[in-house]
Amino acid sequence: MTKFYEIKSMPSTELETRNTKFETDLKELAQDVVRRAVKGGASAAECVIREGDEFSTLVRLGQVETLKQSGSKAIGIRVFNGQRAASTYSSDFSREGLDRMIKSAIELSKITSEDPFAGIPDASQLGSLPGDLDLYYPDVYSLSGEERINYARRAEKAALDYDPRIKNSDGGSFDAATGHKIMANSNGFVGEYKRSYCSISAVPIAQTEDGAMQRDYWFSVSRNLSKLESPEHVGTVAAQRTLRRLGAKRGKTKKVPVVFDPMVATSILEHIFEGINGDSVYRGASFLAGKLGQKIAGDGVTVIDDGTIVGGFGTSPFDGEGIPTRRTVVIENGVLNSYLLNTYTAKKLGLQTTANASRGLAGTPGIGPGNFFVQPGKKTPQEIIAAIPDGLYVTEFLGHGANLVTGDYSRGASGLWISGGELAYPVEEITVAGNLKEMFFNISDIGSDLEFRGSVACPTIRLDGLIVGGA
Amino acid sequence: MGHLKTVENNKFFFQHYGLSQNDLERYLAAALSAGGDYADLYFEYLSSTSLSVDESMVKSASQGISAGCGVRVISGERTGYAYTDDLSSERILHAARTAALIASGPAKTPVVGFQEKPARSLYPITLPSVDAEITAKVELVMRADTAARAFDPRIKEVRASYSDELRNILIVGSDGTYAEDSQPLARMNVSCIAKTEGSSARGSSGGGGRVALDFFFGEKTPEFFAKEASRQAILQLDAREAPAGDMEVVLGPGWPGVLLHEAVGHGLEADFNRKQTSAFAGLVGKRVASEKCTVVDNGTMPWRRGSLNVDDEGQPTQSTTLIENGILKGYISDKLSARLMGIADTGNGRRESYEHIPMPRMTNTYMLPGDDDPEDIVRSVKHGIYAVNFGGGQVDITNGKFVFSASEAYLIEDGKITAPIKGATLIGNGPDVLTRVSMVGNDLKLDEGVGTCGKDGQAVPVGVGIPTIKVDRLTVGGTARKDPGGFMQ
Repeated sequence: MTKFYEIKSMPSTELETRNTKFETDLKELAQDVVRRAVKGGASAAECVIREGDEFSTLVRLGQVETLKQSGSKAIGIRVFNGQRAASTYSSDFSREGLDRMIKSAIELSKITSEDPFAGIPDASQLGSLPGDLDLYYPDVYSLSGEERINYARRAEKAALDYDPRIKNSDGGSFDAATGHKIMANSNGFVGEYKRSYCSISAVPIAQTEDGAMQRDYWFSVSRNLSKLESPEHVGTVAAQRTLRRLGAKRGKTKKVPVVFDPMVATSILEHIFEGINGDSVYRGASFLAGKLGQKIAGDGVTVIDDGTIVGGFGTSPFDGEGIPTRRTVVIENGVLNSYLLNTYTAKKLGLQTTANASRGLAGTPGIGPGNFFVQPGKKTPQEIIAAIPDGLYVTEFLGHGANLVTGDYSRGASGLWISGGELAYPVEEITVAGNLKEMFFNISDIGSDLEFRGSVACPTIRLDGLIVGGA
Repeated sequence: MGHLKTVENNKFFFQHYGLSQNDLERYLAAALSAGGDYADLYFEYLSSTSLSVDESMVKSASQGISAGCGVRVISGERTGYAYTDDLSSERILHAARTAALIASGPAKTPVVGFQEKPARSLYPITLPSVDAEITAKVELVMRADTAARAFDPRIKEVRASYSDELRNILIVGSDGTYAEDSQPLARMNVSCIAKTEGSSARGSSGGGGRVALDFFFGEKTPEFFAKEASRQAILQLDAREAPAGDMEVVLGPGWPGVLLHEAVGHGLEADFNRKQTSAFAGLVGKRVASEKCTVVDNGTMPWRRGSLNVDDEGQPTQSTTLIENGILKGYISDKLSARLMGIADTGNGRRESYEHIPMPRMTNTYMLPGDDDPEDIVRSVKHGIYAVNFGGGQVDITNGKFVFSASEAYLIEDGKITAPIKGATLIGNGPDVLTRVSMVGNDLKLDEGVGTCGKDGQAVPVGVGIPTIKVDRLTVGGTARKDPGGFMQ
């Protein structure tokens, strides 16, 4: 429930390789586990292996505070007993450990219900995108230990040196990780991919003379070290973002235009995702259920999910069920064009999967976005702000107050007050409320500033009709 | 899933992994091979089960095991950390040598021999639920489904889930710390959707603790949670718009204690205060709440979700008074902050798993009861809201701003609870919100056992509690604007 800067939430599950000669062994192992499950009585089976390494260091006030380095590996299996499914997972790769895991899954599948829609995809659907998707760069680990610490130190130093009002810090950090995923199933699929990731961040704290503190952050994230922005750039932006919050006042309760900066605008996309993912749709747990082909957002709104973008943070050659990823236009000029689905929810709705299955080691596959974004518009953020005589520019949300069943929306916020077309002064301890049903229609401006800092990205957007709550 | 069973004399890792005291000393020596002030090893073996029912079918069942060892080396304010999921000597020694890189000096020698401190037995369970018959767990989720659907024909969608785990841990430190524990945890959840011609609404409920399976067949049945989730969904069908702006807020007893967790709990974690990054830094001995407020963090409550016999650094848990009659008394601490700040280790060093570095975390955080009659509290409000159920909350510990989202709330008009209102976020400022608590009820209640707290990406189970209280001013994030005569719709 605490606030945490969403730095580490970028590529969600990054695991990696500690030993390259292992790779082929693991592919064979996954296939072997599937064969053993079928031999043991499963009518179908699916095996996932994940392997990863992580490095992280945090420097605070110039001194190393933490240094963490490790690797891990785990395996999971999902088996079917006709239309009954169950799953098990383990980190024990011994022969006996794996036998125990397989046997337990088969046993467990006897107590679940017959579900007419359960099953793994048909062989004809399975496969992997061809070619190099540019997801893996071993160079994320190429820096020496001392250089890694220096990256973190430089980011923090740039923030601390930027302005005398920056008096404290939650540190600068450098993180790197590589992950390796292997999957096989009893319809003949076997595939694997590796992904890498590195990031730099800085979290400075600024203080006014009366002692009031503000904290903000900035970061750079990349799949390869050479594309990472400089630690100095990251520290400087973090300092600027923190300083502009100093001296924040409370806003008044009123209905005004609200501009979401790109970092907070992604939350609107997350609500769209939650509302159009097949799991919410087939249960009727979303106000967007049954709206296929209908207008659900303003004319200018086009939303795309694309798991195939070369080098993307949300890219993978196959989804969590072994189906090649694809590009789906979800909303086209305000009209709901497609839900995002996996095999199960597609069958429930009488549609085709969009290859959005996501999968951990255990449980049934869920639904996850690939690279999910709003098509950018033409105006710069400055032009959007300049058109507003009195309004709010939100730079941070607190809490998770969106209800997709009803569309009710209410969140804590802080940002800058817009007065006469300019960012005038910081505001905090306010709320922003409305209903998503109308909010999607009330997106009246979309900026040109689309930039991927994770798998979900949105330019600056303006929404009308929201109630800002304050004093 | 055919996991390893806890053994009687509690030497779990010695029995199952052939560990010896000599091995532990060897690993600690490797961890201190480049110097450092302190090193510890955290062995964990976690087995878990989960089941869920949807559309009246048990659609998923899973079981799993994860095991590993984390090695920590502390040198001054620096922490080195490495872990392995392979409990062989070779891999643990490798992790120990990696963690050792944080220090740069001559090797230190750990003390010889370990000492186990006497600890409580807060969850004495003979048959952990993870070992209980799976068919009994299937019965629980199916009964929840039936009860929710029977509650009202407008309940159209029901999901019920059950999950449990058993965590066996062993912690040894270079100062002779030695602790073992076997920590059960079980939970049920029910969520449902009510639908009519024109509207839909959701409701959810759940609970549990460090309890055995029989808890759900006696004390808190699936029917209890199912009815509660259904009741909330039906109620929300007719909810009006929530008001917006500053107003009087009455919080009902129990889970609304999430206010304390966000507004003061996180801000009183010692690491934030050691680094002077908390809005509460330097306020010990100062007034941070009205005289009616006394707030404690208590890790020693039997069977509770937030309770622990020992924390994840091997320190026995305790009850710590954070705020006494409005005055800030102290922080909750782990080993590192206790040593660096010269304060007591309150047994709040917790971590999500062997892959994580421990830090100060809450256990069960609640406000002691006061003298006021809950009915008088509501009667004293002219225009305000009465909030009894919440989703989660969030806080920025540096500027102190926190939110928590009401999922069940009502208008109070002229001292009477009237119409239910839609979910709304409440926002306030941690260091002064409790100074505006003007009434504290005599009806302290703890939550049902659903809380999970996140900090720096680590999730741990916690509890909260509060009596009915009145806050003279909080900002409510609704969509209906207030006019002088009441609430404009």
